[in-house]
Amino acid sequence: MVSPDDIRRRIETALPGARVEVADTTGAGDHFEVQVAAPGFAGKGLVEQHQLVYGALGTLMQEIHALSLRTSVS
Amino acid sequence: MADVLDEIQREIRENKVVLYMKGTPSFPMCGFSAATVKVLREIGVPFKAVDVLAEPEKREAIKVHSSWPTIPQLYVSGKFVGGCDIVREMHGRGELAPLIRAAVEAA
Repeated sequence: MVSPDDIRRRIETALPGARVEVADTTGAGDHFEVQVAAPGFAGKGLVEQHQLVYGALGTLMQEIHALSLRTSVS
Repeated sequence: MADVLDEIQREIRENKVVLYMKGTPSFPMCGFSAATVKVLREIGVPFKAVDVLAEPEKREAIKVHSSWPTIPQLYVSGKFVGGCDIVREMHGRGELAPLIRAAVEAA
């Protein structure tokens, strides 16, 4: 089971200055909604922005059944 | 995996719009796949759907191909456009329909 804090910490570590909001949508630790605003997204397309977040989550992604992601430049 | 990657390359070369999804457009097996099909139907273009649940090897290969860990995945003109969140976001901004129509109308 993954906690929202696990997700937040991984993203904050990989993307300096990121503002991260994580909601566990079922309370079961496997469906999440994540919003990330990061300065590092500037000049990048949505695909690259999402890839940066997936990369930050790394092996956690295998434990997460569903992750809905919104990214923006901060 | 090399053979499956070749097959994916061929699919996205021979079809302007390809959706790799769980289940079929009529019977999607995942809410994210269903939501993506709904967007494509709203735009009203023909698309090729590939059910990765029926092809386990392809399910893994497509993730490698796009460096993207989740299904569904939309390809337009051979280029990876995004997963469900990006498709919905682009559609909401009115950016997806022109991209897809331009691809379909191009010779």
